[in-house]
Amino acid sequence: MSKLLTRRGLLKTGAIGSAGLAMPTIFTSAAHAFTNAPTGGSVTLGFNVPQSGPYADEGADELRAFQLAVEHLNGDGDGGMLQTFSSKVLEGNGILGKKVEYVTGDTQTKSDAARASAKSMIEKDGAIMISGGSSSGVAVAVQGLCQEAGVIFMSGLTHSNDTTGKDKKANGFRHFFNAYMSGAALAPVLAKNYGTDRKAYHLTADYTWGWTQEESIKAATEALGWTTVNTVRTPLAATDFSSYITPILQTDADVLILNHYGGNMVNSLTQAVQFGLRDKVVNGKQFEIVVPLYSRLMARGAGENVKGIYGSTNWHWSLQDEGTKAFVKSFGTKYGFPPSQAAHTCYVQTLLYADAVARAKSFNPCDVGAALEGYEFDGLGNGKTLYRAADHQCFKDVLVVRGKENPQSEFDLLEVVEVTPVDQVTYAPDHPMFAGGSLGACNPGA
Amino acid sequence: MDAIILQILNGLDKGSAYALIALGLTLIFGTLGVVNFAHGALFMIGAFCAVTLNKILNLSFETLDPTRTDFLGNPLKVKTPYVESWFGPDVGAAIIDWSVPLAILFSIPVMIAIGFIMERGLIKHFYRRPHADQILVTFGLAIVLQELIKHYFGANQIATPAPDAFRGSFDFGAMLGLDPNVIIYPYWRLVYFAFAAVIIGGVFAFLQFTTFGMVVRAGMADRETVGLLGINIDRRFTIMFGIAAAVAGMAGVMYAPINSPNYHMGMDFLVLSFVVVVVGGMGSLPGAVLAGFLLGVLESFASMNAIKSLIPGIDQIIIYVAAIIILLMRPRGLMGRKGVMED
Amino acid sequence: MLGLGKKDFILLGIVAALVLLAPFILNPFPADSALAQFNAGYPDLMQRFMIFGIFAVGFNILFGLTGYLSFGHAAFLGVGSYSAVWMFKLLSMNVIPAIILSVVVAGLFALLIGFISLRRSGIYFSILTLAFAQMSFNLAYSVLTPLTNGETGLQLTLEDPRILGVSQTAAGGIPVTNLFGMEMRETTTLTLGGWAFQFNNGYYLCGALLLLAFYISIRIFRSPFGLMLRAVKSNQTRLNYTGLNTKPYTLAAFVISGMYAGLAGGLLASMDPLAGAERMQWTASGEVVLMTILGGAGTLIGPVLGAGFIKYFENIFSKINDNVLHSWFHILPDSIENAVIWVVEHFVGSGWHLTLGLLFMLVVTFLPGGLVQGGQKIGRLFRRRDAAAKATQSTPAE
Repeated sequence: MSKLLTRRGLLKTGAIGSAGLAMPTIFTSAAHAFTNAPTGGSVTLGFNVPQSGPYADEGADELRAFQLAVEHLNGDGDGGMLQTFSSKVLEGNGILGKKVEYVTGDTQTKSDAARASAKSMIEKDGAIMISGGSSSGVAVAVQGLCQEAGVIFMSGLTHSNDTTGKDKKANGFRHFFNAYMSGAALAPVLAKNYGTDRKAYHLTADYTWGWTQEESIKAATEALGWTTVNTVRTPLAATDFSSYITPILQTDADVLILNHYGGNMVNSLTQAVQFGLRDKVVNGKQFEIVVPLYSRLMARGAGENVKGIYGSTNWHWSLQDEGTKAFVKSFGTKYGFPPSQAAHTCYVQTLLYADAVARAKSFNPCDVGAALEGYEFDGLGNGKTLYRAADHQCFKDVLVVRGKENPQSEFDLLEVVEVTPVDQVTYAPDHPMFAGGSLGACNPGA
Repeated sequence: MDAIILQILNGLDKGSAYALIALGLTLIFGTLGVVNFAHGALFMIGAFCAVTLNKILNLSFETLDPTRTDFLGNPLKVKTPYVESWFGPDVGAAIIDWSVPLAILFSIPVMIAIGFIMERGLIKHFYRRPHADQILVTFGLAIVLQELIKHYFGANQIATPAPDAFRGSFDFGAMLGLDPNVIIYPYWRLVYFAFAAVIIGGVFAFLQFTTFGMVVRAGMADRETVGLLGINIDRRFTIMFGIAAAVAGMAGVMYAPINSPNYHMGMDFLVLSFVVVVVGGMGSLPGAVLAGFLLGVLESFASMNAIKSLIPGIDQIIIYVAAIIILLMRPRGLMGRKGVMED
Repeated sequence: MLGLGKKDFILLGIVAALVLLAPFILNPFPADSALAQFNAGYPDLMQRFMIFGIFAVGFNILFGLTGYLSFGHAAFLGVGSYSAVWMFKLLSMNVIPAIILSVVVAGLFALLIGFISLRRSGIYFSILTLAFAQMSFNLAYSVLTPLTNGETGLQLTLEDPRILGVSQTAAGGIPVTNLFGMEMRETTTLTLGGWAFQFNNGYYLCGALLLLAFYISIRIFRSPFGLMLRAVKSNQTRLNYTGLNTKPYTLAAFVISGMYAGLAGGLLASMDPLAGAERMQWTASGEVVLMTILGGAGTLIGPVLGAGFIKYFENIFSKINDNVLHSWFHILPDSIENAVIWVVEHFVGSGWHLTLGLLFMLVVTFLPGGLVQGGQKIGRLFRRRDAAAKATQSTPAE
């Protein structure tokens, strides 16, 4: 008999217990079908975002989006994307009539700290869903925890193939796109602009996300005729990339692909430009640099150097569909600047969770999971989107972007050059880059 | 061959950064005997002096441009920096462009003041306390400083470009009569190297050739005797602390265009700077500089593809491997003095 | 009793009582009250208090007694965690073999690193240990990924070839860690009025091992071996001149404290089967140094207090967001409320590091002996008042 008990479940029983105060009542659960079943008039969601460390600003933006989503779910504010969402079951009265409350925590972008924080949300605060995060290591670690504890995990920004590949879990769901999709969307645009006869040199951050990114973009570009001169791994902690950049000068490579994110990307791009790579002409062609995954927030650190550099992104505030416009308007009015892609994915994930609960008419993770699986929706900024049942990955159009030449403001860093249709980035669930894991059975806990 | 020349250049450049950071640390740690975990924070604050000056120069007034709209559909606010309106767009833009070199002038008084305040307000009380207490108090200070910076500047890196004049690379190959465009090196990194050489030379000359330096050196060797001679060594130590802070700060200012600063960068360099100082040997300024260059060059060679394919991951650990080997072969590092922090 | 002096026995008794009653002591506020934010009596954090207590107690055996400041102790914790998770993957979900293996592997690793590093003393020793730990961290993060699963951390999967036990449960989940069938994550809750007290199996296992670790540490402190280690701290050169070879003693202390770290790592993995490379990073090594100094290096109970202090801030203060602040201060008039929240929010939530840094500085400046000294000061204050009261009482009698 499992007795994994939860605070919230106890409150109800606690009321009975307090009737006979002198008699301590020891509860062994059996009454609850799942972990942290909400009992009172409210339901608690856990938002676990980086608040310290290099991704703290991205985490802060995620938190803003979560707060906005909670506001909209509870019927405050202008409703944001609830108005444009294809599903209409959410009425602005919380989730299933229960007011949405939330707790926050600091992942510190460390899997240990992230799990500790998520555990405290589950064990102490009675959170029934955990969301957020800004790196794949943390996402995979917290997803594993949520599977064990029996709550739903709606991941934030995580781009590694593994999150819905070899480390996928039945209780985990990802809206963000992944490295494979970046490669598949970017390669044709690169081929169109730079030709099919190119020699690429990769610098790759030496950890799991970097490797999946390298593997994906390499396969995608090679399929279009590019050759790969070399792939070099750089330490995650590196801040000076000079000794990795100078060897490029000695090769006949004419494209540099930086499989770096965040601080690594800012430094390696800045330094590559300093070394004059973009002024070089090799094999009669202009040397080019590509950054497969862009983060607008962090790319600002590279300043002028991003101009004209291609990359991909999950979403951008300059899109002109109704969902995006509604979201940018309500976020921008509240906070004074446009949301980032991390904010967008977190906002959407929260709405999707609430909507799934409302459609399933149950908070039970297994019912919620079933409602999300194979669900098709629209109006959340990415066009028509499918939550695939086989791996809990969202399939939607991918944006290929380029650093803008004449930005109008400090937020106006990227321009969307192509919206790659979803068919082009869809892959089979058993694609070799995603093989090796299984969802397992959904776990309602308790 | 080209590859090796380039990696030597890289190594010297990295090494000059390491040496400069370690030089400031060894003034406080190796000679005053204070385990200063806030040294990385001083380096970081230096880099943020460049950011701050850039921000100040970019202080702008806003005018509405009704022909364009911002992301919410309101009229776009166009920002014009005050310096551009005062000195005209060309001169103003040039001043902003040169903000990093200008920040050197700005950082020296700021850093010396920070060093003074730190020493007088806090560190002074910890000279006679155990090293463990010094670690705790300086680590706490480092956290506080870095959180303050995070609060004002955010956690993301902030682009702090070098002046346009230094954009581009110098072609060593063409100069030596080899193939052009192979052995090229960015101007700014050459400037950094030269700058480091000047600062290191200046600090050495100051300690070697001035009376002040002589007294400080005597104080390091035997503080008590110098005190008995009626010399106020405490005041001189305060000044040394200020100088050390200024050296760390200037290293940070000049590094900003290479590594866009964020509030965390001090911690990234902290461990490294301790390793460099100890490998160089406690209490030895030349040792710290030598170790900086040595580790810089080794690190560059280790990241060559030929060596990486021979020993995977060697570039991740080379600094530590080198540190272990050196400390096992030479008990007090490269040029350490006997009896400094050995117990 | 138990080979302890009276004072030590009382100390051990107090610690035992605290461990036993922690679920009550750490949950002073009713679960629905605004102050429940400060409750720390939930399983994960209580386990962490115990585990990092063990880690710090072990570190103190080396640092507090011999004065050798290791800056790479997190490597042993990390190695312990990896060993334990591999044991879960390959052998059995029972925590006993996992913990034993993690202690043994960490001990061997400590023997190797200690043997090399102890050839130097002072700062040179610190940097050697730091270098080894950073090497371990960097390699675990990158090239050793097949062994460590790199950035993501080593986790259990549904396909683990477990020799004694099943790869997955009948329900299709990963089996959970247990002690002879007793699940570590199992929690029984006692509801008393508005209070909910949680009693977790894993916590009590950690607590029992903390008591054992603490007991062994007292015995070491009071033994001739401990005296020898103190002698090393006060003057190693003099010891050497008397013809004593101190190295076996310091190496033994190093290995013992490495094994404590391994035990802590093994327990971390037993409570939550995941091992991440960050556990070995220098910041983690630095954390245990800070815990020990903050609590009071060289004292018996200090390191445990320091560990609790830091973990409390990390887990409780980081979770206070402005939503919580508004619920606290909503009785105030709006303008004052906003002003108060504006000030307070710098110190909680994402500003928790700032509070921690300030407290480090305050504690070390005003309590040179760490938190233990603070406790003693308060104790003395009371005793003095008692003494003063007695003095005033006795005067009229004369």
